[in-house]
Amino acid sequence: MKMKSALMGAACAFAMAPLAAQAERGADGHVNVIYWQAPSILNPFLSGGTKDVESASLILEPLARYNEKGELTPFLAQDIPTLENGGVAEDLTSITWKLKEGLLWSDGSPVTSADAVFTWQYCTHPEGGCAQLSKYQGVSTVEAIDDLTIKVNFGAPQPNPYGPLVGGQSPILQKAQFENCLGTKASECTEQNFNPIGTGAYKVVEFKTNDVISLEANPNYRDPAKPAFATMTFKGGGDAEAAGRAVLETGEFDYAWNLQLAPSVIAGMEAAGKGKTIVGFGTLVERIEMNLTDPSPSLPEGERSTAAHPHPFLSDLRVRKALSMAIDREILTEVGYGQAGRPTCNLVPAPAAFASPNTDCLVQDIEGAKALLEEAGWTVGGDGIREKDGMKLKILYQTSTNAVRQDFQALIKQWWSEIGVETELKNVAGSVFFGSDPGSPDTFPKFYADVEMYANNFDGTDPQSYLSAYTCDKAPSPANQWQGENINRFCDPAYDELVAELGRTGEITKRQEIAIRLNEMLTKDSYVIVPLVDRGRVSAHSNTLGGVVLNTWDSELWNAADWYRIK
Amino acid sequence: MTDQTIDLKAAKPRNQWWDVWDQFRTHKGALVGMVIFAIIVLGTLLGPFFWDVDPKYINIRSRELGPSLAHPLGTDQLGRDMLARVLAGGRITIAVGLTAMLLSLVLGTLVGVLAGYFRRLDGLLMRLTDLFLALPLLPLLLLMVMLFREPLVISFGPEGGIFVLIVFAIGVTSWMHAARIVRGDVLALKEREFVLASRSIGTPARRMILRHILPNVMSPIMVSATLGVANAVITESALSFLGLGFPPDFPTWGRLLNDGLPYINLAPERVVWPAIALSALVLSINYIGDGLRDALDPRIRGR
Amino acid sequence: MLTFTIRRLLLAIPTLLFISLVIFMLLELAPGDPLADMPMTIPPDVKEKIRLSLGLGQPMHVRYGLWLYNLFVTEPLYWWDAAFNTTYAEGMQRIISFQTRGPVFDTIAERIPQTLLVVGMGYLVGTLISLPIGIISAYRQYSWFDQFGTFISMVGFSVPTFVTGVFLIIVFSVLMPTDSIFWLPSIYDTTHQVTDWASFVKQFKQMAMPVFVLALYQAAQVSRYMRASMLDNLSQDYVRTARAKGLSERVVLLKHVLRNSLIPVVTVIALGVPSVFTGAIITENVFKVNGLGQQLLLSIQGNDAPMVLTISFIFAILIVLFNLIADVLYGILDPRIRYD
Repeated sequence: MKMKSALMGAACAFAMAPLAAQAERGADGHVNVIYWQAPSILNPFLSGGTKDVESASLILEPLARYNEKGELTPFLAQDIPTLENGGVAEDLTSITWKLKEGLLWSDGSPVTSADAVFTWQYCTHPEGGCAQLSKYQGVSTVEAIDDLTIKVNFGAPQPNPYGPLVGGQSPILQKAQFENCLGTKASECTEQNFNPIGTGAYKVVEFKTNDVISLEANPNYRDPAKPAFATMTFKGGGDAEAAGRAVLETGEFDYAWNLQLAPSVIAGMEAAGKGKTIVGFGTLVERIEMNLTDPSPSLPEGERSTAAHPHPFLSDLRVRKALSMAIDREILTEVGYGQAGRPTCNLVPAPAAFASPNTDCLVQDIEGAKALLEEAGWTVGGDGIREKDGMKLKILYQTSTNAVRQDFQALIKQWWSEIGVETELKNVAGSVFFGSDPGSPDTFPKFYADVEMYANNFDGTDPQSYLSAYTCDKAPSPANQWQGENINRFCDPAYDELVAELGRTGEITKRQEIAIRLNEMLTKDSYVIVPLVDRGRVSAHSNTLGGVVLNTWDSELWNAADWYRIK
Repeated sequence: MTDQTIDLKAAKPRNQWWDVWDQFRTHKGALVGMVIFAIIVLGTLLGPFFWDVDPKYINIRSRELGPSLAHPLGTDQLGRDMLARVLAGGRITIAVGLTAMLLSLVLGTLVGVLAGYFRRLDGLLMRLTDLFLALPLLPLLLLMVMLFREPLVISFGPEGGIFVLIVFAIGVTSWMHAARIVRGDVLALKEREFVLASRSIGTPARRMILRHILPNVMSPIMVSATLGVANAVITESALSFLGLGFPPDFPTWGRLLNDGLPYINLAPERVVWPAIALSALVLSINYIGDGLRDALDPRIRGR
Repeated sequence: MLTFTIRRLLLAIPTLLFISLVIFMLLELAPGDPLADMPMTIPPDVKEKIRLSLGLGQPMHVRYGLWLYNLFVTEPLYWWDAAFNTTYAEGMQRIISFQTRGPVFDTIAERIPQTLLVVGMGYLVGTLISLPIGIISAYRQYSWFDQFGTFISMVGFSVPTFVTGVFLIIVFSVLMPTDSIFWLPSIYDTTHQVTDWASFVKQFKQMAMPVFVLALYQAAQVSRYMRASMLDNLSQDYVRTARAKGLSERVVLLKHVLRNSLIPVVTVIALGVPSVFTGAIITENVFKVNGLGQQLLLSIQGNDAPMVLTISFIFAILIVLFNLIADVLYGILDPRIRYD
């Protein structure tokens, strides 16, 4: 497989070389892209949904993006500011970016540092409801030093200064277009939100919300030879099967995003020979989270699943560890994700320097799990279910509705029954489960179940904010309307202290050490979080679409400017 | 459906029911329907005794197999036996389909007859019907599940509680068509000569409805019954798909259809078998309904 | 009949207001969060700010009042402005969707043409073929035509449209060679414009599958009611009388029996017409037609209350209206039915 793709890459490069010499903007006609979730808005600051951010990335660009290896690559900036080149201040309180010269918006006006300053004002306006506000966390001001120089100042030393204006979620808006859209006016600017003026390779011709975007090559794009396609149709909606079918089987479309399908289904589609799949890995980990508090319905509302009542058996490390040992992650990966998954024991699986080498959990150990439960005092009762002091080892296991998750539930239920644990399965519609409606008993932060399963990741390459979600004060409770990220209600003062230390540390190797330590405290030391699969992204493109590089660290369409038709 | 009419007419002399049965027996389609229905019901009830494979047992090594002796209908993506799953799914599907259909039919007929017969009730009941027709189904179901799931699960157990909830949810959200149709027919019937004649001799409303109105709206009710079963089964599958139905490892025909759909290219039998079972069930109920209607119609019976 | 109609229309106003209130309360009480489909990387405090910017911080009655005001004042003013180039609605906030941050009515207007074209066509075709099928099936009860019709309609009704739709796609889009004239696109192109014969053929091709699926489902349902009702009437005394008078079978069947059998059919059709507007959710989703049904589903899944409320309200208007039309038609079909 590796060999084959390497050869393909070489062949592509070879085929591209003569093309590039005579390449001309718009020479390759039309390209069709399908996302099975339809974009509803083209302003990523007002949505946050992947579909919206990625479709907007065709039009709007940041100063720099992460490339397919997770390295920062300049887009609108001339280069990446670092401590070494003096772009980042010694005391880590500011970063200075320089725009490329001669950049134009698609309407022909020049791009200046004032646009970047405006973007910061736009997103941080207190009434704007900007979805990417956390990108500007800690930013005190953004100034325009001159027309091309932007300086971002932080209130306190910022070990990772690459948040604002970097990555697909935080592109630069045109000041002239959005000037009257600040604050509460943000949602009144429908025209602007649906047809943003950008610097990207394409510009919007027509946007039909929740359906389709018609685009054409940006006449003012900085590389006169790009993009190779004159027009693009970006269709949204339906389901992953239909999207996969349209690219791999019927050939109606050239690119399909995120085919969350069973491996055998994808293999069957690929066999039709009209296209191929590509896989990339990021930081998305499917995991089981253990509830350390008692979710019993017999407790009064307001005390259920709160720190007031520790969980009757999941608060015992041995039970948690036994549950993890009974799981065969290889099989889960094979059944659910195939080539797009890797078994993992880590919450932070990437970037490699931040990932713990821990592989303890990869081998299933049913006997070991049984022994551990015996040791903890859980003996097998008459019905094959373990019990202790009259309490049975019964677990309510919830997750969102999703074919692969339901398969995982069924498999894990069977393994747990082998070690004498009875499991009741429950699935909840994603729109309820992932919401945070304090009135609903079925949301994931409320956690009215013993264990739950979902996937989460972090933006960019630095896991600091991701790991700091598990501090004591972030536990959801009625006091904070169940708005917390520490859904396990994990609370360890040593962990909190280490998180604080991470926030103070600027040196990169030291940061990596701390992150690895934090990751292990949550996983192999305590089994509060039981990682299952490091989930990659599978997308598909037709055989005639060249130049595709799958990037999981930024928008998948990050290099759409380089796409071309293989003739 | 049958139970209900029998109850209504229980006061009549027994021999008339023998007439109905005799007429029913001469209806070839109805008999075939009965036989198929019996086969499906008995198959799902007794089948698991002859084919004692656990429908929830996962054998990961034998997944996605085609039909063979060990697995006559093949296996699914986790290696569960499809035959066992179709059999186990049938029991719950038929139970949900029939009870939900009965509930919606009883509600619909009641509202329809009352609205059509009593002019004073018409406005109120029909506006209520409009309201129910206009409510978006999905949020309504979500709300019902949120409010009633836990109390029901506590009092009837996880499966029993959800069964009651689903039957109730489908029943109260699908009676409106039957109500409108029955009302329309009753409005017309009410002005017919035999009803006027009967009313002129002072027949009380209750007897009028049971004797004269109801038997004459049987045929649209029968059609609604047939379509109602299919509708209930499909709604149930939509509910489980949304996570509002039975626990996810619980097979029902609707869920089997849903689960098999992505594999339609690779293993069409995973969709075909549940679809055949479902169509056969609906078809057999349709023929039974046909026969029953003919048998209950004295004009045909006399011929 | 006229006074009846006017009275009912007046009564419809409080009814509809009540319905809108119930739908609003339902959406309020149902679990769900408009921010559920946002990535988990967005921290909870930012989500709270977004919620406030959507106006969710205001109490319930204020939000409902605002929606009513927008629906009955702002939107009509806006349309007036658009039609007559005035500026009454300047600076007024229209009903804004949570998901798209765009005016709800723009999205609805964008989707109505495709909905009417595809779903309406499916509905029309289904109804038109179901009537003769129902009549012939009843007239020749238990003939092979009847049996075959019964079989097809039962299969058509009991196999869900998401299965028939995918089945058709497999046959006509995947297995069919792409260069065959029978090949049909699996994804509906909503930007396609009909300008000449070739583009008309393309439009016809992309409509073929969704229309067929919808028509099959509709025909299955209506033909069953038509058949049952015809059967009821065929055994009535007046039919015997008519035949005895020496009227031709054609006249007996189409003039006497058909007219008397239409009441339940009219009900079913009138119940179905409003559903054309909210579309056929599943079919639209399978074939990616950007109809209102697909939008409604997306909005419900995204807990986009303003959009769901507005679409449901339009749906409610249509339901009330078509039920009134059905009642009027009853009176025309059977003059004995009186409402006053």
